[in-house]
Amino acid sequence: MSQQAAYATGLPAVIRGEEAFLAARRAKRLQALLGGAILLGCLLAAAWMSEVRPATLWAGLPRIGEYFARILPDLRWGVLFADAETEGSLAFWMYRLPEWSWLILETANMAALATLMGSVSALLLAFPAARNIAPSGMVFHVTRRFLESLRTVPEIVYALIFVWAFGIGPLAGILAIALHSAGANGKLFAEAIENADLRPWEAVRAAGGSWVQGCRYALLPQVLPNILSYVLLRFEVNIRSASVIGFVGAGGVGEELYKVISFNYYEEVSAIVLLIILTVSCLDLLSERLRHAAIGRLEAAR
Amino acid sequence: MLEIERLTRRFGEKTAVDGVSLSIPAGQMVGVIGRSGAGKSTLLRMLNRLTEPSAGRVLFDGTDITALRGQALRDWRMRCAMIFQQFNLVQRLDVLTNVLVGRLNRRPVLTSLLRMFTAQERAMALAALDRFDLAETALQRADTLSGGQQQRVAIARALLQEPRIILADEPIASLDPRNARTVMDALRGVNRDGITVLVNLHDLATARDYCDRIVALNAGRVVFDGPPPALTAQRIREIYGVTEEEFAEEAAAAVGAPPPRHPAIAAA
Repeated sequence: MSQQAAYATGLPAVIRGEEAFLAARRAKRLQALLGGAILLGCLLAAAWMSEVRPATLWAGLPRIGEYFARILPDLRWGVLFADAETEGSLAFWMYRLPEWSWLILETANMAALATLMGSVSALLLAFPAARNIAPSGMVFHVTRRFLESLRTVPEIVYALIFVWAFGIGPLAGILAIALHSAGANGKLFAEAIENADLRPWEAVRAAGGSWVQGCRYALLPQVLPNILSYVLLRFEVNIRSASVIGFVGAGGVGEELYKVISFNYYEEVSAIVLLIILTVSCLDLLSERLRHAAIGRLEAAR
Repeated sequence: MLEIERLTRRFGEKTAVDGVSLSIPAGQMVGVIGRSGAGKSTLLRMLNRLTEPSAGRVLFDGTDITALRGQALRDWRMRCAMIFQQFNLVQRLDVLTNVLVGRLNRRPVLTSLLRMFTAQERAMALAALDRFDLAETALQRADTLSGGQQQRVAIARALLQEPRIILADEPIASLDPRNARTVMDALRGVNRDGITVLVNLHDLATARDYCDRIVALNAGRVVFDGPPPALTAQRIREIYGVTEEEFAEEAAAAVGAPPPRHPAIAAA
């Protein structure tokens, strides 16, 4: 029935075009339907295997609320700004503020260092891991698999290995997070490079430039803004990682957090979590500004 | 009838378009010429308000275009289609969908977001493509076409808007002479169907060949307005202080176009 309008024009090219369009649309719809059915099947199988039961979820939901109610601090208006000895004051709630702040600073430093180390390695590995410019299929597959192995091993496993090797402290945590960052960002960077325009690359190679020079001159300027966004996102993710990696003794605020959670020091849990959230928000605002400033400079330098 | 009254646009200290007044009857094909920075693009872009005027008015059949907002403005833009120097197709979408973009203003938001168009609209789009011998490319991605083909797809997109006016901003500056001719022929053909065409051109010979009327701008002001035969080499020298060949070379270089045709060849 929908060919009517095309037939009405009486133009053979229009009728052929409409028929080709309808055939393509049928194929696309069939594909979507098939894909959707497979996805739904996988989803149900996954839910069944991992024992996701709506009943358990429903029953457990109120207990989450209960936990949050417990960790809420007991603050009283009258004595809100009293000293740390008075129950109900802010200072009483945050009674270990100097120690916690120091630990969070250490956590942020760990995250920053790990992001830097991981991203620099990721940048070096991303070029051979980009399908469109990889020197050979072998190099591409080897780097891609290597990046995969870096990011599939959980950070906490790396951290346990490094704690065993280098002893308890931030160094183990930094190395663990850096390895994971290299794997995760390497993949993202490589994909950014795969989406880049290859015409400048051809020009650089045609001018006698080497592979490395091509990467530096034709691709890096194109992908730099993207890479910067990924690095800053990874920094945020790494702060989160760095604040739990201390659970296994790899430095940062994690060890303290683990202690207060397992000893059920409810109010201290909320105090530390709040401090972490505040830190992440501040860094988020800062990184947004940094990104805009840097991208603005990149644009200006073109 | 399009009436432009003392239209002005300032960018900081610089006045790009300075008190331009023109009256364009329906169905005319008007070529706007001028050096780079003369305000051609700004003038055209103020007519569909991609650039906001600093002062002055534009009237179309008595309606004040400069005061339109929201849906009324979008309706006006539908009625006055634009052709760009760089074609401005969505490279990653197929040709047919690119042409159907011309129907968006008439579609409900939800179905348009799902890329749903009626069979009538598809037939229109295919017929428009067929007019420029491009119906066979309908399901290809736009970036598989040559520049000349892409510009004709852009004209097909404009036609789907069922416009009263087409604004063409340097439509052939990025094309080789042969493709430039097919695109100008397409615009002239569309104009013969009764659509007013305003076209910015860097090439005087093309303007003379195709337009009913030529408007020359210099530093944002109208310095010539009349039929092509009246724009003699003598007038060019008076207006711009350079010979016609120098003017043509300078204008072509400014838009990054291939060097101009030699007048003797153009006449042939």
